[in-house]
Order: sequence, then structure tokens, then C-alpha cells
Amino acid sequence: MNAKTSEEKTAGGRIQGLIKSFGLPRLIIAGFLLLLFIASPFVGANIFTQLTNVINRFGWNAILVLAMVPMVQSGCGLNFGLPLGIISGLLGATLSIEFGFTGGLSFFVAIALATPFALILGTGYGWLLNKIKGGEMMIATYVGFSAVSFMCMMWILLPYHAPNMVWGLSGKGLRTTISLEGYYAQVLSNFLKIKIGSFSIPVGNLLFFAVLALAVWAFFHTKTGTAMTAAGSNPTFAKAAGVNVDKMRMISVIMSTWLAAIGILVYEQGFGFVQIYMAPFYMALPAVSAILIGGASVNKASILNVIIGTFLFQGIVTMTPTVMNSIIHMDVSEVVRIIVSNGMILYALTRKTEGSK
Amino acid sequence: MKNNTTTQMSFGKKLRRFLSDNPVPIMFIIICAVCIPVSGFSPGYLLNEIMTRMGRNTFLILCLLIPIMAGMGLNFGMTLGAMAGEIGLIFVADWQIYGIPGVVLAMIISIPISIVLGIFCGKVLNMAKGREMITSYIISFFINGVYQLVVLYMMGPIIPIKHSSIRLPRGYGIRNTVSLLNMRQCLDNLMSITIKGVKIPVLTFIIVGVLCLFFVWFKKTKLGQDMRAVGQDMEVARDAGINVERTRIISIVMSTVLAGFGMVIYIQNMGNLPTYTAHSQIGMFCIAALLIGGASVDHASIKNVFLGVILFHLMFIVAPSTGTKITGDSMIGEYFRVFVSYGVITVALTMYETKKRRIKSRAGQQLKADQKGDEADE
Repeated sequence: MNAKTSEEKTAGGRIQGLIKSFGLPRLIIAGFLLLLFIASPFVGANIFTQLTNVINRFGWNAILVLAMVPMVQSGCGLNFGLPLGIISGLLGATLSIEFGFTGGLSFFVAIALATPFALILGTGYGWLLNKIKGGEMMIATYVGFSAVSFMCMMWILLPYHAPNMVWGLSGKGLRTTISLEGYYAQVLSNFLKIKIGSFSIPVGNLLFFAVLALAVWAFFHTKTGTAMTAAGSNPTFAKAAGVNVDKMRMISVIMSTWLAAIGILVYEQGFGFVQIYMAPFYMALPAVSAILIGGASVNKASILNVIIGTFLFQGIVTMTPTVMNSIIHMDVSEVVRIIVSNGMILYALTRKTEGSK
Repeated sequence: MKNNTTTQMSFGKKLRRFLSDNPVPIMFIIICAVCIPVSGFSPGYLLNEIMTRMGRNTFLILCLLIPIMAGMGLNFGMTLGAMAGEIGLIFVADWQIYGIPGVVLAMIISIPISIVLGIFCGKVLNMAKGREMITSYIISFFINGVYQLVVLYMMGPIIPIKHSSIRLPRGYGIRNTVSLLNMRQCLDNLMSITIKGVKIPVLTFIIVGVLCLFFVWFKKTKLGQDMRAVGQDMEVARDAGINVERTRIISIVMSTVLAGFGMVIYIQNMGNLPTYTAHSQIGMFCIAALLIGGASVDHASIKNVFLGVILFHLMFIVAPSTGTKITGDSMIGEYFRVFVSYGVITVALTMYETKKRRIKSRAGQQLKADQKGDEADE
């Protein structure tokens, strides 16, 4: 609903509306990114290469950020339990390789194999979150952590045999990073790729995101989607109007988990490696701060927030190392990233925008 | 009163009550009971390890009690105090002050930093009432960024650091590990007693004991009573004339300052300071230990701290080698203990939230019955 109204506005009205709804921290971040872009030619960085990097990384990460939307909309808060969905994706990825699929096919098989895990884990996760309304975010964080550390044991114990994945010497236990060369590395990014000099656009990757984003947007305009938004903005009212709030929350959690599973697979195809063990541990935080930077609050998020937020966040992550390092000769990019992303989450948590729970 | 009646009860009754009240500790006692024989460690070794680790860690866990009393849940922001303590230690290492004076000076340096960070944390938490835990958790990440900015970039050019032994070769920033060999276990070794190979760090235990006595006394002071009132119900406390915001900030500041002291004690026992990683897990481990001791989000006592620190560390010592013996892979045990730490926090938080919700819905139903209206149902 939110996305629709903002899209219907005129360009000028939209900019004004954005400034109003953005709030100061978002404006500062956007201004900072603009400064980085302006400064980049002066410090000898090729702006087209930079832009290509930002767009590439946007494509990798956007779906993970999109996974926040359903849960935020249904009133479950920010999905700090993203690692749960990521684990489903990782199970899909590793099983797809284990079963011997290669090339582009392995990507779609991975999605297909990840889906049942996402549905099962999402159902359990949704059931848990329905029992603890009001304390979702803290518990979601720890559900994610427990799941990741539990899977650390499983990655060792599960009987994987594909020689590309297991440790060479012992022949069992998965490696910490698995190369996707020959599997689905760059499969979306190289599809319909446009290349002009040093500037290239991974059309396939962006198209994939667009399809999913459109699907989510369309979903929120169906009857179920509207009911879900209602359950999020005012559960008591929604209940009075005959909406099954618990069911809506459950559906949203399953959607979020499934989108996270797809999201990590898309991330992997861009990155070229499957990272397991402790890698998914802190993956929720960048996604959470990205959607908040995009203008979402703890209980309201739209597709537009996802797009703006991912672009701004990934822009800062990619631009700071090159530009800042050339200016002050110090690698402060990591620190800037930590402060910006967590500062943004703090800002959102301290707003008094939370609806009645 | 409750305590009084329990002490008068027969042992059997006490045991039964203990079992039903403390599902988490019981589970851990069982885990440890299974793991200890399998791991093959001698009792003497285990006892020695437990003693060392108790001395190291108890003070840090105790600092969590005050925010729980003030109803602010588990203070993940204790990491802030830990960082303040580390900054104190970095300065002391730079000034080459050895032994006990170094430890004391590090604690003194940490106090103003802890107070500033504590006030910041308290103010932010006052803006996020009802979700203190997740907010304090994110604050710890945020301040970690600031800490890195200060320690990695400002120490050297802005904050003078003399000794090249702790400075990075590039000229600014602190090395990944700062050696504190000159103050290693100086607190623990002073007045330590060794009984049959088991070293007891008496002075550290005395300090912990003094802190426990302080808590017992503090609960009875005006401020302590105010905190408990705020923890029970903020609105009622405010009506009673208590400055709720100020009380909450004080509770966080106290916790942060104590966490700073605790971190100095912790690090002097370790003997070296991992500059950028020492504080990253400390909040999680302390909270897990407290919860394993049978505490919950809204209730924790000194007893929980001691039971928790013993059980948690017992599990931590025996899990890796048990895992190796059973599965033949040394990493399994490592991951198992991490999983258990996170798992127990998840379970404890879930139990607390479901309980809170049950009470709330019962109150709602009561109201519904009273009003015969339907707007009160949850």
C-alpha cells in the first residue's frame, strides 16, 4: 500500500515527501553517499567502475533486504531471525551441489530444494513468534544465533560426499567456503548483461529482483496482503474486522524466511562462494539497517524502502573504502560501516512509531 | 519470607521445589553429569579450572543484576563497561604500571568512561522503553564501532601512546593483542591458597564477596527500593514520586561501571588483552551464565550468579573434549557449547515472554469479565 501511494506521486512531490519522511539520519547518509560519488573522480577512482560495483552489490543484497518487508508489515518487527532463512538457502545450495547438478540448473534446483526447508523452519519460527508477541526482535536474534550454531554441528555431521564441498583429507565435513565455479556463480549476473566500456549492468540479476519485488508488491494488494498490513498496523482493530492475526503473522514469517533463502542464493551467485558455518551469523544486521536507511520504520516498510535502502547502504559499503582511503589514507571503511548501520538501527528502535501490540 | 520457609522445609521438599523451580539449571547439571565422565578430566583439574574461572568471571556477571532489578532486562550494554575497562588497561600498559597499582589505576581510568557511556546507554534505553534488550544489544554494536574508531585510529595521533610495543607498526592504533604479562593474575596470586593442587584466588573472591554484600545492602537503600519499584511498574513508581528516567539511568551507569571493573579483573586473569575481540562475546557469555544459573529476565539473585558461573564453565571445559570423544571431531564440542549458550538464552527469553503474555491476557480477561465489554481482549 505504501509503495503504491509513493509511486503515484509526481516526481517533485515524491522528493518533497521523501525529505519529510526520510528524517535527518537518512538525509545525512544520502548526502554522504552523494559526496562520495562527487569526490570519487578527484581521488582517481573511475566513477563508472564504482557505479558498476554499487549496482552489482545492490543486485546481490536486495532480496535479503526484501525479506524484511512481510514481517515488518505484519507487525512482527524487524526480522533479526534472517539467518534461519539463510540456513534454508544454504541447505538448498549444498544439496543441489551434492546431487550433482551443475551450471544454471543448479541454481533453480537449489531454490526448489531450499523451499521445503524454508517452509518448515518458517512455520516453526512463526509459531514461536506468535507465542511471544511483543518480544519478537530479541528472540528472533537468538533464534537465528541458535540455528546458525546448531547448523555448524550439522555441517560437520551430515553425510555430504561431493568432493568439491568436503574437506580434502578426511573426506567428510563441509568446507567453510565452497566455490560455485562450474555451478551457479554469476548465473543471473551474466544473463542479459549490458556492457558499455567500464560500466556494466547485470540485467538478469536486477530482473530477478524486480520479479520478486513485484510479486511481493502484488501480494500486498491482494486480500490476504491487505489483511496482513491491517494485522500489523492495528492488531486489535484487525481482529475486530475478522482478520486472523496469528495466521497473517505466520504467513508473513514464512514469506520472510523463504525470501531470505532465495536472497542468500542470489547473493552467492554474485559472490561466487557458498559461505557456511559462522558466516550467516551477522547477516541480519546489514539487511536490517539497509531497509531502515531506506525509510522503513519498525512497523512499516515498502518495496521503495528496500530499493533506496539497499542502494544507499551498498553505496556506502562499496564507496567508502576507495574514496575515503584515498582522501585520508586510512582504512576507516569498516568502522564507518559499523557506526552507520548500527546507528541507523538504534535510531529506528528509539522512534515512538510502534503500533499497539 | 519465602526464603525463610524454604530453609525450614525438609530436605526432600526443598529438593522437589528446587527441581520444579529451576528447569534450566537441572538440565545443565544433567549435561555436565553426562559429559564429565566421558571427557576424562580428573576432579582436581576440573576443580582448579572452575576456581580460576569463577574468580575471573563472577564479578562481570554480578554487574547484570542491577538493571534486572530496575526492570530493564538483561543488560547487553554491559559490553560498554567492558570496553571502558579495556581502554583503562591500554593506558596502564602504555604507562608501564605493573601489578596491583596497574589494576587499580585501570579501574580508576575506566570509571569516567563507563559513566559517560552508561549515561548515553541509559538515555537511549529510556527512549526505547519496552524493547530495552534489543536496543542495548544494538548499542553494544554501535559503541563497538566507536571503540574501534578511538582505539584503531585515534590512539597515536590524537591520544598519545608512547610505547611502540602496543602500537601498530604503521604508527597509530593499538595492536591486536596487548600483553599484560606484568600484571598477569597479580590479583589472583596475592593471598592465594593452594589446597591439594587447587589454587584458590582468595583476594578475588573477597572482592566478589564485598560486591555481593554491597548488593545485599544496596537493595535496602532508598535508591535500591526505588529501582525495584520502577522494575515492578513504571507508572505506579512515577505516581509515587520516583524519577523513573533518572533511576533507570543510574541503574545502567552502575552496571556499566561495575562491568568495567569486572573486565579489568577478567583480563588481569587472562594476562593479555585481545584489543578488538575481548568484549565482543563477553556480554553473551555472561548473560548465558546468569540464565543457566536459573535467573530470568525479570528476576535474578546472587545465588543464580554463582550456580550459573559454575555450571556454565563446567560445560565449557568438558564439552569440547566430550565432543571429540563421542564424534571424533574436535570442532563439534566447540560448536556445541556455543549452541548451548545461544539456545539457553533463546529458551529463557521465550519462557519470560510467554509468562508475561499469559499474565497480561489473564489481566485482560479479568478486565473483560469486569466490564463485560470485548475491547479488552488481547
